[in-house]
Amino acid sequence: MKFTLSWLKTWLETDASLEDILTTLSAIGLEVEGVENRADTLAPFVIAQVIEALPHPNADRLRACRVDVGDGVERSVVCGAPNARTGLRVVFAPPGAFVPGSGITLKIGEIRGVKSEGMLTSFSELGLEGDGEGIIELPADAPVGARYAKWAGLDEPAIEIAVTPNRGDALSVRGVARDLAAAGLGMLKPFAPAPIAGSGASAVVWHNSFPEACPWVLGRTVRHVKNTESPDWLKQRLESVGLRPINTLADITNFFTHDLGRPLHVFDADKIAGGFLELRRGNGESFTGLHGKEVQAGAEDCIIADAAGAQSLAGIVGGEATGCDEATTSVFIECALFDRVRITQTGQRTGIVSDARQRFERGIDSQLMPQALDAATAMVIELCGGEASEISEAGARPDWSRTAKLRFARIRSFGGSDIGPDEAVASLERLGFGVRARDAASVTLAVPSWRNDVAQPPALDQADVPGAAQAAIGAAEIEPEVDLIEEVLRLKGMDAIPPVSLPVEGLIQAPIYTPKQARTALARRVLAARGLLEAVTFSFLDHETAALFGDAPESLRLANPIAADLDQMRPTALATLSLAAARNVARGFGDLGLFEIGPAYAADTSQALAAAGLRLGETPLSALAPARKFDALDAKADAIAVLGALGVPMEGVTTTPGGASFYHPGQCGTLRQGPKTILAAFGTLHPALCARLDLPLGAVAFEIFLDAIAEPKRRKKAAPVLPAFQPIRRDFAFLVSAGTPAETLLRAAKGAERNLITQVALFDRYQGKGVPEGQVSLAIAVTIQPVEKSFSETELDAISAKIVAEVGKKTGGVLRG
Amino acid sequence: MPENDLSILQTQAESRIAVADSDALEELRVALLGKSGTLTAALKALGAMPPEERKARGAELNLVKSALTQALATRRAVLDAAALEARLAAERIDVTAPVRPEAAGAIHPISRTTEEIAAIFSAMGFSIKEGPDIENDWNNFSALNIAAHHPARAMMDTFYLQGGEVLRTHTSPVQIRTMLDWAKNHSTQADAQPIRIIVPGRTFRADHDATHSPMFHQTEGLVIGRGITLGHLKGCLIDFLRAFFDIPALPVRLRASYFPFTEPSMEVDIGWNRKTGELGGGTDWLEIGGSGMVHPNVLANCGIDPREFQGFAFGVGIERLTMLKHGIADLRLFYESDVRWLRHYGFAALSPAMLHEGI
Repeated sequence: MKFTLSWLKTWLETDASLEDILTTLSAIGLEVEGVENRADTLAPFVIAQVIEALPHPNADRLRACRVDVGDGVERSVVCGAPNARTGLRVVFAPPGAFVPGSGITLKIGEIRGVKSEGMLTSFSELGLEGDGEGIIELPADAPVGARYAKWAGLDEPAIEIAVTPNRGDALSVRGVARDLAAAGLGMLKPFAPAPIAGSGASAVVWHNSFPEACPWVLGRTVRHVKNTESPDWLKQRLESVGLRPINTLADITNFFTHDLGRPLHVFDADKIAGGFLELRRGNGESFTGLHGKEVQAGAEDCIIADAAGAQSLAGIVGGEATGCDEATTSVFIECALFDRVRITQTGQRTGIVSDARQRFERGIDSQLMPQALDAATAMVIELCGGEASEISEAGARPDWSRTAKLRFARIRSFGGSDIGPDEAVASLERLGFGVRARDAASVTLAVPSWRNDVAQPPALDQADVPGAAQAAIGAAEIEPEVDLIEEVLRLKGMDAIPPVSLPVEGLIQAPIYTPKQARTALARRVLAARGLLEAVTFSFLDHETAALFGDAPESLRLANPIAADLDQMRPTALATLSLAAARNVARGFGDLGLFEIGPAYAADTSQALAAAGLRLGETPLSALAPARKFDALDAKADAIAVLGALGVPMEGVTTTPGGASFYHPGQCGTLRQGPKTILAAFGTLHPALCARLDLPLGAVAFEIFLDAIAEPKRRKKAAPVLPAFQPIRRDFAFLVSAGTPAETLLRAAKGAERNLITQVALFDRYQGKGVPEGQVSLAIAVTIQPVEKSFSETELDAISAKIVAEVGKKTGGVLRG
Repeated sequence: MPENDLSILQTQAESRIAVADSDALEELRVALLGKSGTLTAALKALGAMPPEERKARGAELNLVKSALTQALATRRAVLDAAALEARLAAERIDVTAPVRPEAAGAIHPISRTTEEIAAIFSAMGFSIKEGPDIENDWNNFSALNIAAHHPARAMMDTFYLQGGEVLRTHTSPVQIRTMLDWAKNHSTQADAQPIRIIVPGRTFRADHDATHSPMFHQTEGLVIGRGITLGHLKGCLIDFLRAFFDIPALPVRLRASYFPFTEPSMEVDIGWNRKTGELGGGTDWLEIGGSGMVHPNVLANCGIDPREFQGFAFGVGIERLTMLKHGIADLRLFYESDVRWLRHYGFAALSPAMLHEGI
């Protein structure tokens, strides 16, 4: 919503400064989005007269003009506009002027041998609305030498405010003035148009076949009008808020739309077939709208039709066929009340945005209609001449009267404010509320007809929960009061409310993370401490890439993706992380580690939380240790580190070879707790996947399924056993068949003497000379911890024999000779 | 051996010891004091002497032996010291050489801000609630007093899945889930514990440009109880914002606005200097979130009687808070995962957000 200071002052009697007005607008909920003063951008442009315009000696399409700019010095200007002619008053731009519409700064030049000391400008070059053909033609009495912006009334601030969806009444200059007056910034001027005594029946009458969409409609014909250009004041007023003047009748409707928030429509009465206009449902027919596009209306859309068919999409856009132009001599003025919800739905269906739609959607003042029609009729007669008919009416004035009750104590107990009863009532009265009853504790007020947002019956959509019925009664009782408190607080300014810190129970608060939230935070720190960079990637990506990481079900496809490559919810964060990694590789950063803790979505639309990570390329270069490629066991190490830190008892965690299809089938595994619970997965990404996504071969990844991790048991630890005897190391090398999992061998060795063996470490894996084909030599170091006494060699030999036997039993391995 | 021979022996031995290297010294020791060394032989010869000679000769021999033993030890010490010095010199390394590299990880600024928010609100007695990103229409809109035809719904730029579910446009559906649980679990609302929650999480809107991302993060706050007023809303937000930005006198302004789910509704502004970007100074205001008293219809939709319970809700953008606090300019880079950006703006793994360490 845009208006100028002078327009505002046609409704607001005030001495307030622009600064005060802007501050107050924002404070009371009419947020100022911008203030523009065109006098600033148009400062260099002055009114001039073309003394003589002659054809350019060297160019057919140019004219060489001598121009008087009012300073006694004649200028030579070369102009390309066909309407540059002798005697015309024009807008002149001197050298050095910045021309906003074309973005250039003028210089003195020479065009085909003729000096040009400036420019004669068009509306579009000045960034203004207006007919684009040629240069601006000013009337003969425009003062030569005067500043154009001042003469044209453009030298004042245009204020743009954001009007929230509840405040239809503030989509009018008068509505804004009313709010400012209520906030103490002046007096609202009265609106009391003289009634128009029409004569004769209207040549066009209303038929209403769709009262649900249009409960009440008024109209009248004005005959013998002359529809030309609007007078300057009206054109300037519209231009000042960015509207393009069209013709007087159309301009009048636009004026009332903005001035009173009262959209009107004018039909050329002579173009209406059958002498009636009918409000009815659309039947799929189409017509060309005033915006130049085809409009199609269905059964839920309200149209205005004559005997020939649809002529207007009610409350949204009029039709071209019945529009008013210079030839119009008889006009039918429409002034209607349309249903907000239906206008919104039709607007959303058709996608047509208009000033009228915006106002009907938010709700107009239903009681203003007769006066608004009279005011518009008066302006038509004043500017276009003619005689008004009687009013044609269909439907009836809707019952709108509502009251709302305010208990004064609630201003403090709900609003936290110490505004007193008198002040509260006074500011509500300035907004147009009328006191119906008042006592010491409360006031009951009539709600003004333009405040469609106040004290409407609550539109609830309640869940089936105990207490719903009582709650509904409560809402009906409380909501109007809250509306009133809002008005009182808003006009005073929220700054006036003293802040109060929330009371807390006790000084020391209990931890607020749930165990899962705490685990998530810890996992994040562990992974970052291991050298991985945390990323945050989108929850969606293209469905083809998603399919590479598992499933891309229709149930997770977006119906209205913002881009084709963001149309599928991700099955795992690894999918979007891989894309992120590939972007880094493309930038030349191919050695990296990324992780993300975020949601993965399942086909049933549920989501699970996982920590996913990727490592690419090699370890950092160093003279001290050769760089090496990351491998699947690096990813396993990341997963194990997190599980360990989260309190998972690691002795119970087993690794199963194999995993998801996006992994290399021979280089991936699953970490399990017991047979069922999958805690994590890891592996080398499948080479085909790497090729598809432009990732280097050998990239490794892991996922830790945080939802699967059980809350650690909060048991106190038993005292540790700290024997006084030195541990003993014994090394063994076993020949096992090549496919034997190392974990099986290590567990077998450990299990041979569970209470004495504290550690079993695999320190060599050898295949080749000396090891039979199909076998592998696995060398382990076993740490034996004597507890009660030192072991003799004989006892150690017995333990060793047990280890060899147990390994043989579990793996078929034999000691390597 | 005549007695002056002893002094000759001592003199000669001492001069040789003084210049001996490590091996020569050992040879000298063996030649003098070894099993068949000169002095050892002389001492053995004492036994054959008459007792009166033996005593004097023995004393002299012991003196010489003691002197030479001392000389050998002194020389050995000198040689050992020299050898150690030579070894240490040989073992010199280049301490200016780089250490073994360790890749440095980092925590994303969004996670950091979320942790800081949790730390501050924990001190005010809030707990953290979470909810799903894929929501039903009722939780995301209807229950929040946004009817199907409401103009606010068109403003939201909602993403829908093909099955009709919405990607939540705000974290507010978790308010609804929380209040519903509360209403269900307290058939007698009289003794119900008040609600005090924050809801950080992912949110989605169909908007993508320099200042909008189709996915972003919000934190919702909800406080419901008896006697909760707009003054508490203001106090809570001021307490939070001043702690978060670590600016004790940060100006905070509430400005009347409109949201369907609150009434009255207010935008939250903080004071800053538009030119320098400095927070807390200057005369300009910067919008930082929305807030308001929970709309009676929202309470009633969840089965809570607005005559008995009231409260407030607010929402702030986590990215926006992060950008302001750390002077980060470009929103899009939050999700780009450029390792250079992550290293630059990321936070150390081992310094979690803790109020007593400062945030």
